[in-house]
Amino acid sequence: MTTASSADHPTRRDFLFVATGAAAAVGGAAALWPFISQMNPDASTIAAGAPIEVDLSPVAEGQDIKVFWRGKPIYISHRTKKQIDEARAVNVASLPDPQSDEARVKSGHEQWLVVIGICTHLGCIPIAHEGNYDGFFCPCHGSQYDSSGRIRQGPAPANLPVPPYQFVSDTKIQIG
Amino acid sequence: MSGPSDYQPSNPALQWIERRLPILGLMHSSFVVYPTPRNLNYWWTFGAILSFMLGIQILTGVILAMHYTPHADLAFKSVELLVRDVNYGWLLRNMHAVGASMFFVAVYVHMLRGLYYGSYKEPREVLWILGVIIYLLMMATGFMGYVLPWGQMSFWGATVITNLFSAIPYVGESIVTLLWGGYSVGNPTLNRFFSLHYLLPFLIAGVVVLHVWALHVSGQNNPDGVEPKTEKDTVPFTPHATIKDMFGVSCFMLLYAWFIFYMPNYLGDADNYIPANPGVTPPHIVPEWYYLPFYAILRSIPNKLAGVIGMFSAIIILCFLPWLDAAKTKSSKYRPLAKQFFWIFVAVCILLGYLGAQPPEGIYVIAGRVLTFCYFAYFLIVLPLLSRIEKPRPVPNSISDAVLAKTGSRSTPMVSSAIVLALAGALFAGSADSARASEGSDKPPGNKWSFAGPFGKYDRGALQRGLKVYKEVCANCHGLSYVAFRNLAEAGGPGYSVAQAAAFASDYKVKDGPNDAGDMFERAGRPADYFPSPFPNEQAARAANGGAAPPDLSLITKARSYGRGFPMFIVDFFTQYQEQGPDYVSALLQGFEDKAPEGVTIPEGSYYNKYFPGHAIKMPKPLSDGQVTYDDGSPTTIAQYSKDVTTFLMWTAEPHMEARKRLGFQVFIFLIIFAGLMYFTKKKVWADSH
Repeated sequence: MTTASSADHPTRRDFLFVATGAAAAVGGAAALWPFISQMNPDASTIAAGAPIEVDLSPVAEGQDIKVFWRGKPIYISHRTKKQIDEARAVNVASLPDPQSDEARVKSGHEQWLVVIGICTHLGCIPIAHEGNYDGFFCPCHGSQYDSSGRIRQGPAPANLPVPPYQFVSDTKIQIG
Repeated sequence: MSGPSDYQPSNPALQWIERRLPILGLMHSSFVVYPTPRNLNYWWTFGAILSFMLGIQILTGVILAMHYTPHADLAFKSVELLVRDVNYGWLLRNMHAVGASMFFVAVYVHMLRGLYYGSYKEPREVLWILGVIIYLLMMATGFMGYVLPWGQMSFWGATVITNLFSAIPYVGESIVTLLWGGYSVGNPTLNRFFSLHYLLPFLIAGVVVLHVWALHVSGQNNPDGVEPKTEKDTVPFTPHATIKDMFGVSCFMLLYAWFIFYMPNYLGDADNYIPANPGVTPPHIVPEWYYLPFYAILRSIPNKLAGVIGMFSAIIILCFLPWLDAAKTKSSKYRPLAKQFFWIFVAVCILLGYLGAQPPEGIYVIAGRVLTFCYFAYFLIVLPLLSRIEKPRPVPNSISDAVLAKTGSRSTPMVSSAIVLALAGALFAGSADSARASEGSDKPPGNKWSFAGPFGKYDRGALQRGLKVYKEVCANCHGLSYVAFRNLAEAGGPGYSVAQAAAFASDYKVKDGPNDAGDMFERAGRPADYFPSPFPNEQAARAANGGAAPPDLSLITKARSYGRGFPMFIVDFFTQYQEQGPDYVSALLQGFEDKAPEGVTIPEGSYYNKYFPGHAIKMPKPLSDGQVTYDDGSPTTIAQYSKDVTTFLMWTAEPHMEARKRLGFQVFIFLIIFAGLMYFTKKKVWADSH
């Protein structure tokens, strides 16, 4: 009896230890999930991030407004003919983040530029109508964006992003 | 902690650290090779259980603080939103709230174990006193934590407990003002309680380190109360004690999970789901169950100052225990008289706890005084006297002798005392229940609710019909301010689609603004909006309803309850009966009678209701047969309306109930398997040591 039990003893013991250890590891990992998941936006924050509608009719040519969507400032610029022409005259290939102006606005609504007004460098808010490119200038580290919101000079690596939006009528857009 | 360690790690990087900071050696000598008496029983695993609970409370507490707003106007709402909107918020809150009770369950077992086996005796006096300090810190922490949700019991508990200090002669009032930071309990009080509630657990953790340090200097006591003499008397801490502790913890987690997932409100008070109201005191102020024995002592002494002194002495006296009990024999196992008096003392504590929850009148006051005397007599008369007159049975020469002498009957006292303590716990918990007995009204009849029990689910049809009843009848006077239209489309709810919820929302007019011109304006409701309240403020609600503001209904099924009485509340623990609130609401809606019975006078402007406390309710009979049309062919009767709207209101109070019960089932399956594995692993590890 002693011979038999001592022969299979170690295997049985090992299996038990491995199974218990594995159960503890699985349980521990599963128990961790709620503690991580709770850091994500809660249901009310997600609900508050629903699309918003913006009426463009009060914005005159050459003016711009700032609206907030999901806590982010969105610049809506009613561009002048000069600004549009400047934006389209640039050689796209020469840009740090090559993108044509046509790709950044909705066709038929070229006068409207809608961008997220957060500098792609480190998150400051650029000032509209400043800088050398008739666009935006970020006061934090001197990044300059053109009238299409594309990066032209300074440390920022990318163009101002265009948020998801669509025209619901000629004078109304829905952001989100 | 038991002398310089000869531990040498093999890894060169660890060696490098070890030469500069011998922390691994400290861990190794404290938790690996540390000799632990081989005759410890499962009562000794409660130290590990307490460490586990402290960790859980700190972890969940830090997380709750991420979502909590310590402001008198926002605290109650922030807790509700945390439970409703944060991912797993309901789970984290239940873990923390139930965790506090479980922490106290464990600490009482731990303390009684120390009392029974004489763990406070020489050379462990400092260890014991550090434990009393931890217990005091726990009480302060628990009290301040209970204030944070800012419900009715929070507010009035804070008022009553801070007023204890007003008993101090001459400076009492100034001290109370200092504690409050105002002329009454208010926002400054809440802010400082939040700050201190966050601070104290870390102090507890610090004292726990000292407690463990002291433990590792003097070594653990053991059931036989003889100090280890040779190596045969001990086993290394790891793996023996660690695996046994982990098995103990996994069993304790089963009890903990039972409350978290199935009975989260069993240990709480329904009144705390009513937002704090400085103008109305609940009929019975009852502290959490773990303070009840001391609360009973406080109330038993007719003089204010003496009562406060009595209550604090009841705890402080524990510090003097090592000198009050001078008997040489440690363990009550070998002290026939001390053993009996110990159990009498346990009974006294439980009965005091029961009395703490009863109204302070009649026989309860007298019983409270007798038991208060017995409590102090145990420490001041019985223990000093016993150490002189008692003739203890002979103690074994060594731990190994004690282990060898053991027979199969060893586990019997363990099991029986576990049962006694479990019953005691239920009695404690239930004693809070009897305090909320609705006086002057009939007990609501029980109902069959689809959402009752461990697998309960909401009846979707009832939820949808109940929403219709709420919208067409209740909403004229009652708000539903914690429920958003988006909730109607959430899983576990009435089962509407997102589009249906949006369409439902757009029927409502919601006030928004200011717009660019600075004006407020009305717009159609959106899914993110909350149900608009029928009145702009409480004053308007009061004025329109004969002086009684109709309560918000979001939480009504959890904010109302009635006493189940002994022994039902013990049965309820096992059957998971949690439906006092729905039973009451449903009974109330059907309890109107046109004529008050003989001898009952109902004031002008009030109506007779069989189930309303005091019978005179300001709400006129809200429902009548055929009032609301149903599309699904359900009967349009008052009984059906009541059932549907109560089901709906249960959902508004507990929107994640289905997820809670579902996850609970999975957790139970896991824990049972895990505890089984731990049990066999423990048996294997200990196979050679018994």
